[in-house]
Amino acid sequence: MTLASAFFYLFAGIAVASAFMVIAAKNPVHSVLYLILAFFNAAGLFLLLGAEFLAMILVVVYVGAVAVLFLFVVMMLDVDFAELREGFLQYLPIGGLVGIIVLVELVLVVGSWAVAPSAPQAIAERTPTDITNAEALGRVLYTDYLLFFQLSGLILLVAMIGAIVLTLRHKEGVKRQNIAAQVARTKAAGLSLHDVKPGQGL
Amino acid sequence: MNALLADYLPLAIFIGVALVIGLALLIAPFLVAYRSPDAEKLSAYECGFNAFDDARMKFDVRFYLVAILFIIFDLEVAFLFPWAVAFRDVGDLGFWSMMLFLGVLTIGFVYEWKKGALEWD
Repeated sequence: MTLASAFFYLFAGIAVASAFMVIAAKNPVHSVLYLILAFFNAAGLFLLLGAEFLAMILVVVYVGAVAVLFLFVVMMLDVDFAELREGFLQYLPIGGLVGIIVLVELVLVVGSWAVAPSAPQAIAERTPTDITNAEALGRVLYTDYLLFFQLSGLILLVAMIGAIVLTLRHKEGVKRQNIAAQVARTKAAGLSLHDVKPGQGL
Repeated sequence: MNALLADYLPLAIFIGVALVIGLALLIAPFLVAYRSPDAEKLSAYECGFNAFDDARMKFDVRFYLVAILFIIFDLEVAFLFPWAVAFRDVGDLGFWSMMLFLGVLTIGFVYEWKKGALEWD
């Protein structure tokens, strides 16, 4: 068990340090790279808990997709480092206010933390070894938690439509493929014969 | 629990070896390479004339659209894995709940196809 706790302190330490670097790094691209490191270490912590499926999904979804999205967002901003540092004092009051609100909320949440009566018993029970993570999730997710599952599908649908509505701008004057119209074109629409007299041209 | 972690030991060794090689390649030049720094070595090379402006430029927002559509279908596939593994246990209800989920996302897919979000221009 000492090896497992050594890995726990390794992952947790790197996760906290890289999370600090996310907000301390001057270059936003470096911030995103530190965020990726934090995600990897969180996946390592999940592995130590025995949650293999969540760990792999964290790597696939957060490292593979969300981090790419963050990188795109950072690259879409006009990154001017001198200008970034200029606005520091200007945004300090509102940023500090948001920070204090979040801190108060965190204190309230942690302060009113109550452990469910059945939790110690559930922790004490042995983790079943004859069933894999993914199977255990699959047995309850699609039937017992059906409503949440369908809600997640609707949230994904809203995200998809929202992204399209907000960002899709078609350029004017681009000839796009329209298969139905192209196939339905007749000889009469596409071809015309002109009887050109000699020496006159069209 | 420990058996599970033992399965991942090769992965930890692999990451450790990769870390050592990567750090060695990063640190070795500082120790052994010949150095004669020059400002021109680090400046942008622009075929003989000075660079017009910064190389960092704004990305087109369409890359963002492609990335977010990728994430959504990535998540959809992530939901399919436990369903496929537990397929024998979930019964009819589990089967049709996944069909409904896929149907909802297919509506989004049809919308995105019809709007031309998958086309570049």
